[in-house]
Amino acid sequence: MKLAYWMYAGPAHIGTLRIASSFRKVHAIMHAPLGDDYYNVMRSMLERKRDFTPVTASVVDRHVLARGSQEKVIQNISRKDKEEKPDLVILTPTCTSSILQEDLQNFVSRASQDTKADILLADVNHYRVNELQAADRTLEQVIKFYIEKYEKTQNLVTEKTPTPSVNIIGPCNLTFHGQHDIAELKRLLADLGLRVNLILPESASVDDIKNIPRAWFNIVPYREIGLLTATYLQKKFDIPFVDRPPIGILETANFIRNIQKILNNAGIDKDFENYIDVQTRFISQSAWFSRSIDCQNLLGKTAVVFGDATHSAALTKILAKEMGIKVLVAGTYCKHQEKWFRSEVQQVCDEVLLTDDHTLVADMIAKLEPSAIFGTQMERHIGKRLNIPCGVISAPVHIQNFPLSYRPFMGYEGSNQIADLIYNSFTLGMEDHLLEIFGGHDTKGIETSALTTELEWDLQALTELKTIPGFVRGKVKRNVEKFAKNHNITKISLDVMYACKENGNV
Amino acid sequence: MDPKQQLLNTNSFRFECETGNYHTFCPISCVAWLYQKIEDSFFLVIGTKTCGYFLQNALGVMIFAEPRYAMAELEEADISAHLNDYMELKRLCTIIKKDRNPSVIFWIGTCTTEIIKMDLEGIAPKLEAELGIPIIVARANGLDYAFTQGEDTVLASLAQSYGLKTITQNPANNSSKLILFGSVPNAVVHELTNELNSFGVEVGGWLPAKRYTEFPILKEKDFVCGVNPYLSRTATTLMRRRKCHLIGAPFPIGPDGTRAWIEKICSIFNKPVSGLKERENKIWKMLEVYTDLLKGKSVFFMGDNLLEISLARFLIRCGMVVFEIGIPYMDKRYQGAELLLLEKTCAEKGIFLPIIVEKPDNYNQVDRIKDLEPDLVITGMAHANPLEARGINTKWSVEFTFSQIHGFTNAKNILDLISKPLLRKINKDVCFSN
Repeated sequence: MKLAYWMYAGPAHIGTLRIASSFRKVHAIMHAPLGDDYYNVMRSMLERKRDFTPVTASVVDRHVLARGSQEKVIQNISRKDKEEKPDLVILTPTCTSSILQEDLQNFVSRASQDTKADILLADVNHYRVNELQAADRTLEQVIKFYIEKYEKTQNLVTEKTPTPSVNIIGPCNLTFHGQHDIAELKRLLADLGLRVNLILPESASVDDIKNIPRAWFNIVPYREIGLLTATYLQKKFDIPFVDRPPIGILETANFIRNIQKILNNAGIDKDFENYIDVQTRFISQSAWFSRSIDCQNLLGKTAVVFGDATHSAALTKILAKEMGIKVLVAGTYCKHQEKWFRSEVQQVCDEVLLTDDHTLVADMIAKLEPSAIFGTQMERHIGKRLNIPCGVISAPVHIQNFPLSYRPFMGYEGSNQIADLIYNSFTLGMEDHLLEIFGGHDTKGIETSALTTELEWDLQALTELKTIPGFVRGKVKRNVEKFAKNHNITKISLDVMYACKENGNV
Repeated sequence: MDPKQQLLNTNSFRFECETGNYHTFCPISCVAWLYQKIEDSFFLVIGTKTCGYFLQNALGVMIFAEPRYAMAELEEADISAHLNDYMELKRLCTIIKKDRNPSVIFWIGTCTTEIIKMDLEGIAPKLEAELGIPIIVARANGLDYAFTQGEDTVLASLAQSYGLKTITQNPANNSSKLILFGSVPNAVVHELTNELNSFGVEVGGWLPAKRYTEFPILKEKDFVCGVNPYLSRTATTLMRRRKCHLIGAPFPIGPDGTRAWIEKICSIFNKPVSGLKERENKIWKMLEVYTDLLKGKSVFFMGDNLLEISLARFLIRCGMVVFEIGIPYMDKRYQGAELLLLEKTCAEKGIFLPIIVEKPDNYNQVDRIKDLEPDLVITGMAHANPLEARGINTKWSVEFTFSQIHGFTNAKNILDLISKPLLRKINKDVCFSN
């Protein structure tokens, strides 16, 4: 047992559901107790999706516990098959089904005998993998299943597209700034004269999978999801892939150079150096920004970076190499990415941290007292507590990190966004210190002194007043005092407060 | 037949039971409000990453405020019994005792502890003796319960054991007290207590109180009355194990419910309720700004928190029409007085009785919503945005659980929540398109 208050990566089934609900016409059925369909809330709330989340539960209750799921799972599968007419149903195990050890594979094969949809059992174990690993596996599993299926039916299209094209593998629901990154990637690829063959799984249908081999190469923008699929496709069809996240000016250039190399190997004579130069110097503002006087002020400032492997590594390199900021610690909760992560950041930070325990991260930040933190929502709260500014750079995040406006992290526009994020974090921190040094502009006390002080509050009433949330406390206080004055009451007790409330004066 | 017409033709309660395929919160969510209510408590949820993920996402920012709850996250070695449950729990509870020094630790059992049959009830007394802290075990799992029923399991455990061992009953004082049960914010406790006091009924205590050390002592023949509609196990435990008398009353939600609740309690203690009707009318008068807007509008409860019957009854009294009351679980005995009041309200308003759907099926409900086109659907967050995108007004049901809704003065809060989506629709200045 582990005493845990918070976790960075979610349970395995969340990863499977993220993949399933990203495809079009794929339905996931969770083998889970009542209340475990919380994923639907997250997708509907955080991503503000307009469609119903294609996830239902085959509810595990007392009866199932006593007698086994028996026909229930199969009934639920065939019911969804008729209601929604999906192309694929993914039966999703949860922690509960992991320990029930029912033969779900058997249910799948029995159900698929009389459904129009294909049925798959997600091959993930709750106790062995986390959300991100599960998503990576499920995507590979779906792709592999359909490649083999189309191979058998000879529907697979293996002929390459006439002009160079790519598959983008990995973007899915609830990806941190995912929609914006896809748009930015598409723009970048168009600039390079590349067509996007497929984006998987976001908005793809399983029917599209037969066209996968048509792409000249694959791009895996995020280290966490898509690598297994890209590796499989490389083995199977000899499709090369680029797995450098194009985040930051330098890494975007490296990303483009990798693409150039692949194209050159395929016999296409392309030279993108001029493009990189023009974009870096004139289109993107962040290269100029790092030379500007503002950025000089940042030189030698310290930072701690923590997040998923992709974003934490990218931000560490941007801070250290592009802005001259000293990264005290670069860390990630993606422990399975350790080797890659270390090799990426070892040279540009003082210390590498691999942990999924947020208290360790908090202790480390408290000890080092960096000028700014770049991390997840958890680090933002740690920063709040310690009065250190924090820029949010990685999942897990709250709803405010699913912005409506265009906020990519990738490509040249992405580097502008990141430069703003970094700069704003540090300036705000500076402002804080200046205020402290010069005594600040304290506004406390102004609000409460706006009204007369001749009214007396007894202890009980004062205690009650303190329980009222700060942002309305002043208003409540004023209203109660007004009420008391109107009724010629000089001492405010709890009863006066309630009488005021009852008369609708809150 | 037109579905609306079909509904209008019914004149007695129709109870239906569907597949139970509906969205609701896991009952472990009760730690969110219970840890805040019981100030000296610590809640330890013994479950998996799935439970932790739910709590962390559902409770949002509360997580960061040094909460007095945590997960005892079960790992593979726990599941396969390679580790000793007793030793593991002892280790964690020792840490909790050292760091937080609570007056009581609640162990919340989950689906996993049920399935692997972890003997929490057996381990607790031993550890309690060793650590010197009371340990209360509640099985608030998704195999058996929905959302607010979590509170019911916790309060039922408390009702079963609280004070039995430590407090010797004083035989000299055997007058029957009134004890109210249900976790409500302290402001509501104050208001409801004052309400009863003003009619000469003394409240002997609340279960739960602000602190574990201030909980009321339960005696045989004490009177107990619930303030929340989802506390049937607690009520049963109080009656059967502690031999208390249950006062079956409608719940003090809405001015009509509050009045009926006070009337019922006063009638037990033979206290006259003069002026109560006038008080209710005064509140209704103040609610007119809302009721004018709500009159004639229709509501559909998809059902997820067991407040549905009381809320529907109040909204019908406000002049609304209720098409369907979805509800996770319907205890016709515990909610008997509330059901009667609902029936009476419908008769007085000349309105058909809504159909009550236990263990609803959300998919079928969405179909019915499309047919009935209600003005407002009260639903969970999983369906709210998709329904809004289809032009259907929604209100998150969870907000009713986390708002102050009891007593005369809080009726306004309920109608505030209800009217918000309707006001948005009639606000012509804002342009909506789908």
